[in-house]
Amino acid sequence: MKTFLRILAGLALLLVIGVAAFAAYAWRSEIDPVDPPAQAGLDPALVARGSDLAAIGNCNVCHTAPGGETFAGGLGIPTPFGTIYSTNITPDPETGIGRWSEAAFLRSMREGVDREGRHLYPAFPYDHYTLVTDEDNRALYAFLMSRKPVRAQAPENELPFPLNMRMLLAGWKALYFREGAFQPDPNRSAEWNRGRYLTEGLSHCGACHTPRNRFGAEQRELHLAGAEVENWTAYAINAASPAPIPWNAESLAFYLRHGWHQEHGVSRGPMAPVTANLGSVPEEDARAIATYLADLMGEPNQERQTRAEAARAAIREEGGAPRPVQAGASGSGIGEAIYVSACEGCHDGRRPLPFGGLNLHLSTAVNGPNPQNIINVVLFGLPGAKGEPSAMMPAYRGVLNEDQLVALLDYMRERFSDLPAWTDTRERVAQTMGGERKVTVYRMDGTTQAPPESSMRTTPWP
Amino acid sequence: MAVTLTVNGTTRQVDADPDTPLLYVLRDHLELNGAKYGCGIGQCGSCTVMVDGTAVLSCVTPVLLLEGRKVTTVEGLGTLDAPGPMQQAFIEQQAAQCGYCIPGMMMRAQALLQANPDADEAAIRTHLEPNLCRCGTHMRIIKAVMRAGELMRQNSQSGGAT
Repeated sequence: MKTFLRILAGLALLLVIGVAAFAAYAWRSEIDPVDPPAQAGLDPALVARGSDLAAIGNCNVCHTAPGGETFAGGLGIPTPFGTIYSTNITPDPETGIGRWSEAAFLRSMREGVDREGRHLYPAFPYDHYTLVTDEDNRALYAFLMSRKPVRAQAPENELPFPLNMRMLLAGWKALYFREGAFQPDPNRSAEWNRGRYLTEGLSHCGACHTPRNRFGAEQRELHLAGAEVENWTAYAINAASPAPIPWNAESLAFYLRHGWHQEHGVSRGPMAPVTANLGSVPEEDARAIATYLADLMGEPNQERQTRAEAARAAIREEGGAPRPVQAGASGSGIGEAIYVSACEGCHDGRRPLPFGGLNLHLSTAVNGPNPQNIINVVLFGLPGAKGEPSAMMPAYRGVLNEDQLVALLDYMRERFSDLPAWTDTRERVAQTMGGERKVTVYRMDGTTQAPPESSMRTTPWP
Repeated sequence: MAVTLTVNGTTRQVDADPDTPLLYVLRDHLELNGAKYGCGIGQCGSCTVMVDGTAVLSCVTPVLLLEGRKVTTVEGLGTLDAPGPMQQAFIEQQAAQCGYCIPGMMMRAQALLQANPDADEAAIRTHLEPNLCRCGTHMRIIKAVMRAGELMRQNSQSGGAT
């Protein structure tokens, strides 16, 4: 008995030592609060550069709530672990980052630790931002400090115990986070290095395009291999890209700048604010990202080139008269009947993008790993940009029932792709129509220069 | 080909190709000229009608999708002698200038108020966004929809039909 108690006491002691050691390991010091720097004293050139960098980093996309002030935070970000609310990054001293010194800002970007010394959740993509140079961080800091202070307290995160204990993030970081500034590859061009620096760093493309493991960390071996975010599919943007016409640096640069490309379609869903942001930054930066990504995708192999040629040939062949509609509202052929009568009028490809519909032989969505993006677009449409011309598509959720939508998707996949039928179409349609899969609908502001509200998530198109 | 439609509570047989847009069937076959042809590509909302209570752009909706569905047009909201609350409110507020967009506005607003009788101004503005008006009567349209909501709430309290 005595021995047992002794062992127990020993174990308890070890546990206490272990917890204490971990707490010591996880502990980060507070960085002293400062008075917000005088806005008039900020270097305008630095602020301007910071503004472009903030657009490249898409800070506004997460740090703005629908209907809220830009950068004032409060957007709920759904994660598999619970909802994390973005914080206020305006220079408000009480609710924002007004009391953060430049050093505190630099540490948050490099290490994912806030001014008070608390570990930040990786919903803030410091696993990417750690690559950002001190020089760029200083510009970002100056830009944020030049914004209008907004008093807005972010809601408390909704995370269950023990995930609400930030100390545990030190363990997460030990497993998955590699701190350190970007190291250029001297064997590559300056443009490629710039592109890699932006893509892997500030642009944090992998945050959506790389699948995550069950602890929410990006899977390094599946770098940019495609994932699902907010119930939108972020396609593979590495060698596994499903685009029927392979991307190259030229087409990617155009797409990233303008939010559409003639042979690829329009940027939509969570990508719409990204292309809107990239439309506002120096062209060289978008071009650098395109150069790097095109290199990652690599030269298309013979099979992909053949596919691309087949897609182009199919479009030429179909350039003739529209097909007659034979089928009724049910039975076989309904998918084709719906496509020909409701979709083809715009999607026959005779009117150029972005105002005409994409010929679906060119569609990445139809050739993608699942039908989710087409389901979203058919049901909720593409809401036009506010107050300026843009791509748009009417929503069909008022008229299509589940069977009709499934039939339409099956038909599209069969006609416009040589890949096997999707296996989860009905399940996804039912879950999306039933509201079980919540889809965030974005405006199409990516087609032109971004208006200020482009970063806001909008309510579903009525 | 014969298509069977339920329009404003009446079952109608129409001899039309299945890919005919609902708008053409309503106007050309059924002589219901309330819904208007504006852009023809679902961008302006002047062709809006309701299908099973949801606002739908009839110019881009082929009739083959509408077997067994209930279509309601502006003619189904009331008559000249007995206008429905939505029509009554638009008359009271004199919300029409040229009037071309008004049937579509009324139908989209009707769908909103049927789903959410307490819709406030913000909800109305968001909901009506797909419908364009080129004359600039937006403020009166919003007032009219607010008024229609009032009338509908009064009617439902006094047990009347909406």
